Amino acid sequence: MSLSERAENRVVIAHLYTATAAIALGAIFGVFQGFARTGVFGAPGWFDYYRVLTLHGVLMALVFTTFFITGLALFVTYKSIERTRSLGVAWFGWLLMLVGTAMAAVTILKGDATVLYTFYAPLKASPWFYIGATLLVLGTWVVAFELFENINYFRRENPGAPVPLVVFCTGATFVMWIVATLGIVAEMALLIPWAFGWTSGINVMLTRMFFWYFGHPLVYFWIMGAYIIWYNIIPTRYTGNVFSDALTRLTFVMLILLSTPVGIHHEFMDPGISSVWKMLHTITTYGVAIPSFITAFAIFASFELAAIKRGKKGFIATVSSLPWNDATFSGAALGMLLFILGGFGGLVNASYSMDTVVHNTIWIVGHFHVTVGGPVALTFLGAAYWMIPRLTGRALWKPEWALFQTRLWFFGMLIMSLSMHFAGLMGAPRRTAEVGYLGAATANAWQPLMLLAAAGGFFLFLSILTFVAVAVGTLVNNKPEVYEKVVFATPAEGAGPTPWALQHLYSWGALALILAVLAYAGPLGELLRHPGFLAPGMRTW
Amino acid sequence: MNVHRYERWWLTFGIAMLVIFLAIIGFAAFADHINPPTGMRQIDPTKVSQTPPFDKPGLRKLGDGSYEAYYVAKVFNFDPAILTVPTGAKVTFYVTSADVVHGFFIPNTDINMMVIPGWVNVESHTFTRPGEYLLICHEYCGIGHQNMFGKIEVRS
Repeated sequence: MSLSERAENRVVIAHLYTATAAIALGAIFGVFQGFARTGVFGAPGWFDYYRVLTLHGVLMALVFTTFFITGLALFVTYKSIERTRSLGVAWFGWLLMLVGTAMAAVTILKGDATVLYTFYAPLKASPWFYIGATLLVLGTWVVAFELFENINYFRRENPGAPVPLVVFCTGATFVMWIVATLGIVAEMALLIPWAFGWTSGINVMLTRMFFWYFGHPLVYFWIMGAYIIWYNIIPTRYTGNVFSDALTRLTFVMLILLSTPVGIHHEFMDPGISSVWKMLHTITTYGVAIPSFITAFAIFASFELAAIKRGKKGFIATVSSLPWNDATFSGAALGMLLFILGGFGGLVNASYSMDTVVHNTIWIVGHFHVTVGGPVALTFLGAAYWMIPRLTGRALWKPEWALFQTRLWFFGMLIMSLSMHFAGLMGAPRRTAEVGYLGAATANAWQPLMLLAAAGGFFLFLSILTFVAVAVGTLVNNKPEVYEKVVFATPAEGAGPTPWALQHLYSWGALALILAVLAYAGPLGELLRHPGFLAPGMRTW
Repeated sequence: MNVHRYERWWLTFGIAMLVIFLAIIGFAAFADHINPPTGMRQIDPTKVSQTPPFDKPGLRKLGDGSYEAYYVAKVFNFDPAILTVPTGAKVTFYVTSADVVHGFFIPNTDINMMVIPGWVNVESHTFTRPGEYLLICHEYCGIGHQNMFGKIEVRS
C-alpha cells in the first residue's frame, strides 16, 4: 500500500469506525427497550425509557447510517478516481459530523433532549441538541463537496467519458441528499431561535412538514447506500456482473427525482392538510417503488447470468451456486429477503386510508426494522467485512464469526419484526414505555408478542456485539495481508454505450428540486394561508 | 436503451399492481368516502379551556341520533377519561391538544388521529359491538406518556 493510499484509507476508516461505535452503543440502548416493553422484567429506578429510546433512534437512524454512507462514498471515490489529492476537506467533514454528534449525544444523555429522533415540536429540547444535529448534516455536505469535486475532476480529465458506474450511483445518492436536507435545515432555522427563546412560539404543522420533507428521502438515502453495494460490490463476490449499466443509472436517476416529493404520507393522520395533498403523495410514493422493482429484477438477473456462465441452470442450481458462506454476500442477500417484507409493508403504510390501521402502532417500528434495520444495516455490515481488510491491509479476524453474525441478525430481525407487525395490527402503540394499560383485554392480547419481540431484539444485540468484535479484532489483532487493487463490478458484455441523459447528475438534482417544490407547493401554501396560532412549547420529560 | 423482454414483463406487472392498488384506494376514497382525518379548524392552544366547546369536553347528542364527542388531550390524560355511548351509536370525535402533540387511537376501530396543538382533528366511528374500548395516546408526549389512556364504554 502506498503512503498516499494509506492516508486516504485512514479517512474512510475514521468514518466506518465512528459508524461502528454508533451501532454498538445503539444496540445496548436497543436491547434495554425490548425488555422494558414486555413489562415482565422490572426496569431499575434510574432507567429512563424515553431517553434511551431517543439515544437508540438517533444513534442508529441518524449517526450509524450517515457515517457509514459518508465512509462508503469516500471509499468509492478514492478507489475509483486516482489522483494526488489533499484530504483536508474529507477530514473536516468527518470532524464536523463528529462534533455535531457529540453535542447532540451529550444533551440527550444529560436529559435535556428527550424528544426522540423525530424531535416533534412543541417538545422543546436544549438548543444544543438542534445545533448538534445541524452540524451533523452540514458535515455530510462537506463530504458531498469532496465527492462532487472528485467527479468534476474526473470529467475534466476524461472529457466525454461517463463517470464510472459506482461513482455515478454514489454521486446520485448525495445529489438526492442535498435536495432532501434542505428540509431539515429549514426546520432547524425555525427550531433553533425558538429553543433559545428568541421567538415566542412555533408553527407546529410547519415543522412537521419540513421534517417529513427530509424524513422520507432520509429513508431513501439509506436504501441508495445499500443499492450502491448491491449493484457494484456484491457481484464481485460471485464473479458476476452488473446486469445493465444504463438501467442501474436509470434506477439512481429515478431515486434522485422520486425520493423527495412523497413525505406527506407520514402525515396522513394530521389535521391541516387537505385530502387532495394526502392522495397526491400516496401516488408519488407508489412511484418510488418502481426503481426498487428494477433493482429486484437486476439483482436476480445478475445472479442467474453468473450461474449460467458457470454452466448452472434453473432456480435451485442458481440459488445453490451463490456464495452463501461469504459474510459480505450473506449480509446483502439475507437483507434482500427481509426487504421483501419491508416492501409489502411499505405499500400498506403509503396507502392513504389503509394507513389508519397501522399509523403509530408498533407495526411501523416492525416496518422500519425490516427496511433500515434489515436490508440497509445488514448490507452495510456485510460490506464492512469486505472494505475493512482492504483499508487496513489486515485479514478479517474470525470470518466464521462474521458469517454467523449475518445469519443471527436475519433470524433475530425476522422474529422481532414479525412480532411487531402482528402486535401493531392488534393496536399496540409505538414509542411507549409500558403497553399493559392496567390489564385491559385489548392490551393482554399483544403482550406475548412483546416477549417474542424482546427475544428477537436480544439476538440482534448479540449479532451486533459479534460484528463489533470482528471489526475491532481486525483492526488491532490480525495479521497483515496483501490485497489486490479494489475493483467494482462491471456491466455484462454486450451493454451498449451509456445514454447521454444518464450521464448527468446535477441537472437531475435541479429537476428533483422542481418536483419537490411542485409536490409541496399545495400543502405548504395551505398551511401558510392558515397561519393560526403558535405553540409556546414545553419540556414534558 | 436495451430492456430485456422479461424485464419489460416484470415492470409491466409491477406497475399494473400499483395502478390496481391506487384504483382501489381511489374508489374507497371517492365512492365510499373512506379518507384519513383532515380537521381544518384552528384553535389557540393556550386558551383551549376557555374556547367552546372545549371548555366543557364530553358527549353531545345531536338531533339525528348521532353523537359528537369533544376531547381535550393534555399531559398526561384525556378529558373526558371515560365516555359511555349506546351500541350502534355513530360518534364524531373532535380532538385538540392543550400542550404538545398527542395521539388519539382506539384499537379495533377506524379512529386514529394526530392531535396537534393549534388544530382540531375530526373522525367518526359507529360502534356496532358493545364492550370496552381502549383509547390510547400513541404519540410520545413526555415522561408519563404510557399512562395517557382512556376508555370508551359501549353499552347495549
